[in-house]
Amino acid sequence: MKSMTDNSPASPERRRFLGAATVAAGVTLAPGVMLVEVAHGRPEDQAASGAVRWGMLVDATKCASGCDECVSACSTENGWTPVAESKHPKQAPQWIRKLELQDPLTQQETNLPMLCQHCAEPPCVDVCPTGASFKRADGIVLVNRHTCIGCRYCMMACPYKARSLVHEPLNDTQKPDVPRGVGCVEACTFCVQKVDRGDGTTACVEACTKAGHNALVFGDMNDPESEISKRLRELPTKQVRADLNLNVGVRYHGI
Amino acid sequence: MASITFREVEGSSLKYWMLFGGIGLFVLFGFLSYLYMHHHGHVVTGMDNQVVWGLPHVFAVFLIVAASGALNVASIASVFNKPMYKPLAPLSAILALALLAGGLLVLVLDLGRSDRLIVAMTHFNFTSMFTWNVFLYSGFFVLVGIYLWTMLDSSVKAYTKVAGTAAFLWRLILTTGTGSLFGFLIARALYGSAMLAPMFIIMSFAYGLAIYLLVLAASYAWTGRPLGDVVMNRLRYLLAVFVAAVLYFVVVYHLTNLYFAKMHGAEAFILRDGGDITTLFWVGQIVVGCVLPLVILLTGLGKQRSWVLVACVLVILGGIAQEYVTIIGAQAYPLEMFPGMTMKSTFYDGVVHDYSPSTPEWFLGLGGVAIALLITTFAVKVLRLLPVSLDDATVAKLEH
Repeated sequence: MKSMTDNSPASPERRRFLGAATVAAGVTLAPGVMLVEVAHGRPEDQAASGAVRWGMLVDATKCASGCDECVSACSTENGWTPVAESKHPKQAPQWIRKLELQDPLTQQETNLPMLCQHCAEPPCVDVCPTGASFKRADGIVLVNRHTCIGCRYCMMACPYKARSLVHEPLNDTQKPDVPRGVGCVEACTFCVQKVDRGDGTTACVEACTKAGHNALVFGDMNDPESEISKRLRELPTKQVRADLNLNVGVRYHGI
Repeated sequence: MASITFREVEGSSLKYWMLFGGIGLFVLFGFLSYLYMHHHGHVVTGMDNQVVWGLPHVFAVFLIVAASGALNVASIASVFNKPMYKPLAPLSAILALALLAGGLLVLVLDLGRSDRLIVAMTHFNFTSMFTWNVFLYSGFFVLVGIYLWTMLDSSVKAYTKVAGTAAFLWRLILTTGTGSLFGFLIARALYGSAMLAPMFIIMSFAYGLAIYLLVLAASYAWTGRPLGDVVMNRLRYLLAVFVAAVLYFVVVYHLTNLYFAKMHGAEAFILRDGGDITTLFWVGQIVVGCVLPLVILLTGLGKQRSWVLVACVLVILGGIAQEYVTIIGAQAYPLEMFPGMTMKSTFYDGVVHDYSPSTPEWFLGLGGVAIALLITTFAVKVLRLLPVSLDDATVAKLEH
């Protein structure tokens, strides 16, 4: 080591040391910073950011007939009873469902999951008398369990039939981070608990990917570098009931 | 102008208390139905995630619409200055308040979380028609209350016209609001039409007057007070005009829809393929609610009081059928998310939704009607709402 008096900024050795230290610090910290950046996880006291617009791409050409992995995964993650196990199927909540479409003329069939479309202009939010239906800054449409009075006006207003009323008392099916309750209306939350935890994806997307179909992509549509943005740029997609001009957060390819 | 003596009905006879008790029994059944539904959740009703508003909404909307219509008789007296209607006005105002109270009770007791009513009164979202209606209903109670006060208290009689005019304008806005509950819904094919607001106003004229006529005739018959043919005939022709106007609006509404290809499916469902809904439309709404009453009211049959009352009952039944078709019919028809495609899912997409109301729903709805009648029955006993006589001679003096 040189003497203290020789400690000038021009010292090449010191410059090398500082450089190495910076690189080392960078290597240590970067993954953490990057992860936070990529996954958009955020602390509880921080509000959702309007810079983000969560969205989903459904590639109906890859959605397999008869497969309902996304539906089961949603039910498991969010704690709602699968309709097949319900004693009251017509009254059972369904946050996501598989739709089978057929053109009666051409016989062409299409499969796709239908869920809350997380509209930028959500009719359910417009009609809710108490403001319990609301849209978060990051585009996720949710229902506040504490102020929903169960009037079901949002269910009348939703063009996608995406909402369900909890018709009977819930027993032990609830998950700690997914509050539900009898008499309240609920719908797909884009797995908001996972999003806020920083998972950066939803249960249905994970299940679809795991099953090898890759029909679903979730991500930040405002980030031009996100996978969903890239795919949306490449694939022609449509909005369901585009005539209503609701600017939905779920875009479909192949419909 | 001759003065009219108003007097309370005595209301101490066994008959009065039997009537009171009979209606009270329905109120009790309604309340028990509410407790049952509240305890078990909506799973015990016929409602589901397909038909989310059921029979209670049919009754609630019918009563709320009828409430504003019941005020018309008073409005004709105070706003349009027709002296013959002046003695009829106080009953009209109390009936309006009673029907609104009945309708609102059914509406709030059918909420999934009726225990959170306080939330509805403290959290407002002004893009919601429901929120606007909360204020329209409260305002109606206040304005009609003041109006009634100006009619009953001679010291504030000078303000009757002002209060009556305010209440009249308010009731037009209120029914516009009720119609817009449906008219502002973009999702369902049969809603989302500005036609619904004026149609609801004209429906309210007919339902309200029919109920008014029945209550008036019953109160006079049961208290032995004279009710002349002049009053009955005037109201009979008025009712005929209102019923004809309802029919006109219904025809125009459906003809407009039939012109648009995108509406063909929904219209075919209501008019031809809808099973019970179609039957309710043609038999209930059109024949029972409009055609038969018009035939009775405009022909020789209408000269007999009992037939006029039959026509009133038919208008009311037709009105309930009309609300049923409007509310349940529009929900039973599946949402068209992918026009031209057939749809299948576990969530009953693409299929017509069945709905059959459960017993508690019937009793909750009838409970609302009973509340309205109970309030009216009690009010005529404690307030001077009914003229001692409405015979032809007394009424003739009013107009000269």
